[in-house]
Amino acid sequence: MANPLPKEYYKQLEEIQAADFVVHELILYLDTHPTDQQALSQYNQFAQYSKQLKRAFEAQFGPLQQGSPNPSSSVWTWNSTPWPWQV
Amino acid sequence: MWVYEKKLQYPVKVSTCNPTLAKYLMEQYGGADGELAAALRYMNQRYTIPDKVIGLLNDIATEEFSHLEMIATMIYKLTKDATPQQLREAGLAEHYVSHDSALFYNNAAGVPFTAAYIQAKGDPIADLYEDIAAEEKARATYQWIIDMSDDPDLNDSLRFLREREIIHSQRFREAVEIVKDDRGQKKIF
Amino acid sequence: MSSEKRSFSSLKSYVPRRGLFDPCPPIGYKYYSTPPNLYLGFQPPGLPQFSPQEALKKGTLWKVFYDYYDNPYRKGGKGRG
Repeated sequence: MANPLPKEYYKQLEEIQAADFVVHELILYLDTHPTDQQALSQYNQFAQYSKQLKRAFEAQFGPLQQGSPNPSSSVWTWNSTPWPWQV
Repeated sequence: MWVYEKKLQYPVKVSTCNPTLAKYLMEQYGGADGELAAALRYMNQRYTIPDKVIGLLNDIATEEFSHLEMIATMIYKLTKDATPQQLREAGLAEHYVSHDSALFYNNAAGVPFTAAYIQAKGDPIADLYEDIAAEEKARATYQWIIDMSDDPDLNDSLRFLREREIIHSQRFREAVEIVKDDRGQKKIF
Repeated sequence: MSSEKRSFSSLKSYVPRRGLFDPCPPIGYKYYSTPPNLYLGFQPPGLPQFSPQEALKKGTLWKVFYDYYDNPYRKGGKGRG
């Protein structure tokens, strides 16, 4: 972990942050606008998109979320990838 | 329950080694209008608010925890390599003698967090108005910290957090309209 | 009401009253924010959005809420009278 992370890590992470931000903004909006159909379909679209991005990220850089598959059959990787305040 | 994700809501970058900024940021960590107070306030009020707005309190409270993590990241990055000497110069000697560079839930003046910072009246209007006020106070605190900070990268993250207070205030104002609403009937005075 | 046309600013200011015995040189203007959400009311559907990347950068998905803030007291800041 002393090694600096590749540029690609930050790039992909920021794409996930952007997709999740749209999802989260729509969640708060839909909490007060529960019948806005345009927002509902945008929410579903971005929730799906975020999942795809995370799957690609996790295949390369390890698990992002509790419950994500462990990429190795011999070692637990959750604690061996950097924490958010370390990157 | 919550499922943890190993990422920040927004990237936190810090361009200068400046532990004094860490001291200011403690206001938003363990201060009266900080992110911990916000998260605990909404998370606790959600049990006794009309069903129509529980989701909003739940989801804003959850976001506040991710803001708490961003503030913690800023404080951590600004102090992790600081020597005792540097911390003293930053006004953090009192913090150091009790905590080294461990984070702690106190405000910029070192006053520890207390539940007395938050309220739960059980009255939906009183509670939502408190929440709106809390968002405006947090927005103002971010402004005053930005005024004190010359770190462009840190200010970028702080501007993001300030903007979130604006959105939360908007949603809480909408929640007031929702709980006021008498099944679409307008009251004519 | 002023007849002068001014574009909307979410940064407001006032000049604090001066007394004879105020020790510090006058600050000039005191500033405060009145962000766009104070004027919108219940958000109408279909408002223009930022792209996802830009929304993240700005902290809002909807353009109407964006309110850049910088120290208004700093020389060269966006403070105005």
